[in-house]
This record gives sequence, C-alpha cells and structure tokens, in this order.
Amino acid sequence: MISKPKEIIISKVDEKILSLKAGDLVHISGEILTARDKAHARILEFLESGEKLPFKLNRSIVYHCGPIISDNKVISAGPTTSERMSAYAPKILEKVDLMVMIGKGGMGKDVVSAMKGKAIYLAFTGGAGAFAASKIKKIKGVFWEDLGMAEAVWIFEVENFGPCIVAIDAQGNNLYEEVERMVMAKL
Amino acid sequence: MNYEELVNAVSEIILKAQTELPLDVVNALKRAYEVEESEIARKNLEVILQNIEIAKNSKLPICQDTGIPFFFVEIGRELELDFDIKKAIVEAVRRQTPAILRPNAVHPLTRKNSGDNTGIGIPVINIDFVDGDRLKITYLPKGAGSENVSQLKMFLPMEVGKIKKFVVESVAKAMGMPCPPIIIGLGIGGSFDVSAKLAKKALLRSIESMNEFELEILEAINSLGIGPMGLGGKTTALAVLSEINHCHTASLPVAVNIQCWANRRAEVVL
Repeated sequence: MISKPKEIIISKVDEKILSLKAGDLVHISGEILTARDKAHARILEFLESGEKLPFKLNRSIVYHCGPIISDNKVISAGPTTSERMSAYAPKILEKVDLMVMIGKGGMGKDVVSAMKGKAIYLAFTGGAGAFAASKIKKIKGVFWEDLGMAEAVWIFEVENFGPCIVAIDAQGNNLYEEVERMVMAKL
Repeated sequence: MNYEELVNAVSEIILKAQTELPLDVVNALKRAYEVEESEIARKNLEVILQNIEIAKNSKLPICQDTGIPFFFVEIGRELELDFDIKKAIVEAVRRQTPAILRPNAVHPLTRKNSGDNTGIGIPVINIDFVDGDRLKITYLPKGAGSENVSQLKMFLPMEVGKIKKFVVESVAKAMGMPCPPIIIGLGIGGSFDVSAKLAKKALLRSIESMNEFELEILEAINSLGIGPMGLGGKTTALAVLSEINHCHTASLPVAVNIQCWANRRAEVVL
C-alpha cells in the first residue's frame, strides 16, 4: 500500500515545486521566513493597501513558526498550528505567483483551493523545536519586532531543513483530508 | 531554606522540564516508533526522538512553545518559611525568560505580551497542604496547540456510559492539531471548574500507571488512525490518564485536557 516516498531538496521556489506530490519528502537549503497570526494580518494590510513589504514574499518559503531567540541565536524553532493562518492565507496567495508554506496540522479548504497551481504545504514535525533549530544556520534579518519575539518575521538561512512532508500539493491533494475521511468513517 | 535557594531550585526544574522529557514518555514514543509501519509516521517519530536527544544534550527547549507555566505545590504542615513561595516561583519564571522560556503570556483582550511569562493569574500556582515538613514543587508547562482543542461537557447523571465516546470524539475533532501522539488528561466529577483542574492534574501521572478503564479508551482512540502529526498511523495517543472527584448527584462534569507528545514535567522536593 505504502511505497517509499521520493526525497527532494528545495533551494529556491520555482515552477518545480508544482510537480511535487502529496507524500513526497522534502529538505530545504536556503532562505525561509517565519510568520504567525499577527504577521499574516500585517502582510495582508500591506498587500491590500498597496504598501511595499520590507521583505520578499513572492516565491518565498513561509514558515509558520514562533521561534525562541536568545543572545541572537535560534534555540528552538518548531512549527506552530497552521490552521490559525487559514483565515489570511487565501488572500495572500492571490497576490503571489508561487509560494511554499511550512507548518503543522494542515490548513482549511479555502487555502487548499487557493494553493492550486501556485503553492505547496509542507508538514514539519510539531514540537521538534531543538531539532529544527539545529538546521538553522544563520539569522539573516528580522522585521516587525514590535509584534514580539514569536510574532516577528525572522529571515533564516537553513541547511537540510527537514524531513518535511508534502502534505498538500499544488493539485489539491491533501493528506490530512485523506486521514480525516478515514477517521470520520470509523466514528 | 531561604528565598534565593527556592528561586534557584524552581529555575532548575524549569530548565529540566523544558530540555529533558520524562522517561515514561520517551519510552512510550520509542515503543510507538517500533509499532508504526507507515513511512511518514515513522519519519515523524524519528524526528521526535532525535529532537529529544538534541534538546537533552544541548540543553535546548524541546519545543519553542514553552507553554504557560503551571506549578503544583505541596507544603508540609510542619514546614515554617519566612518568605512568600509564590513570589519565589514568579521570580524563577522571570529569570528563565527568554533564556529558556519564550515570552508567552498576553493580556486576553489587548493581546499585549507581558514579556516575562507572568501576568494576572500567571504562573498558575496550585497549593495543597500535606503531612510532614517537606516542600514539593512540580512544574508543568502547557502549550497552546493542544490546550486549544481541549473539551469540557456537563453530562446528565445517568450518562456515565457516554464518557468514552466523548473522549474519542474530542480526539477525532482535534485531528493533527495538538501534535499527536497525544496524552489525554481526563477529569471526571467535581464541578464545572474542578473537572478541568482534575484533567490538568492527571497529566502529572506516569504513563505506566494506566488502569483498565483508561487503557480501554486508549485502544478506542488508537483505532481511529489519526497517527503522529495527523498524517495517519497506529499511534494517536500514548496515554489516557484520569482523576476522579465526587460530584453533585444531579451532575456529571467531564473534562478532556489534551496534551502534545511533549508532556514536559519536572519536580523538586526540598
């Protein structure tokens, strides 16, 4: 039933991400940025008012994460629950042509349809904060620190960040939905 | 014992709980890894186990959500102290932020972060009096991903048979959000508020102490197939741990406090 998943390395966001399939394993080497609820709300404000964002969002890798930074070092940085970002993601996706999101727990139906043809969602193991921090090589910048340590947008240089599982692909295949359907049938 | 010694002791258990997962939980996760057959479930558990090792060896927080601090204090009736235990606990929490603890405490309406993990009612400190002259403090940090999907229901007195279904449905509703494999704290009886407190307190018990009632619910949960991180598998929960109080003859409160796999806790006896 279960075949061995493909393992892929992503170093930049281009059209190749669109060919990845739900169930594939991915590692990331390159730049990622963190964004939680408050950052998503502010990104949306900027996009809707036409104001220029202070960081590059199009063709970026957005990590749903509120890290702990101590002495300018990342000491723990696992994913946060992506569902909280579901309210903002569809409108943000309208404004970009490609995007990769990393988080845990999956995202709502509206997000999955907004992702079609332009975005994939990667699941990183929840709670693995120290493990994730060990893959972050450098803090390249920080924006919107007024939102607080966890809510600010941090730009990280990562190496071999993963294994991440393609949980929602750009064709709308959604591993969470498959599991949910099976669970609901058992209740 | 003086104030400074207590602050240091509490700081120590904060560091320990955040960086070293209790052995009963680690063993349960290792057993889960052996049992799982799907590649994705095994990968998730492999990362969890590697993470536990890295956190322990490098003294780094297991998870960046270092939670809201809960303390369970047992004070021996013969103990005499000339300082405020609560103040010492608050001070320890402040000292460990942000060295180990992420600032998580915000005002519920303005959402303004206090910056030091303290605030109105935070840290949560439960105090009990016991026999003897010792002071025992247990620290339990509780993350939001799992807390947010917890449930409470006031059943009719004759609905005891529905408790199991309620727990299983609560877990099914939560799916991958609370970071499974989860641990379920089940509070039965008391009152509306007490049942929730019992559910939280149940999380302090060892996974290896489950009774037949708890094992039966655990089996039903694991037959759902939610699996590690909600991506399918045999291990949705590691344990169901319950605490019971007597309650009013006309009511049956049941609280389900869901906890992520990182059931961090540490204690000190002085």
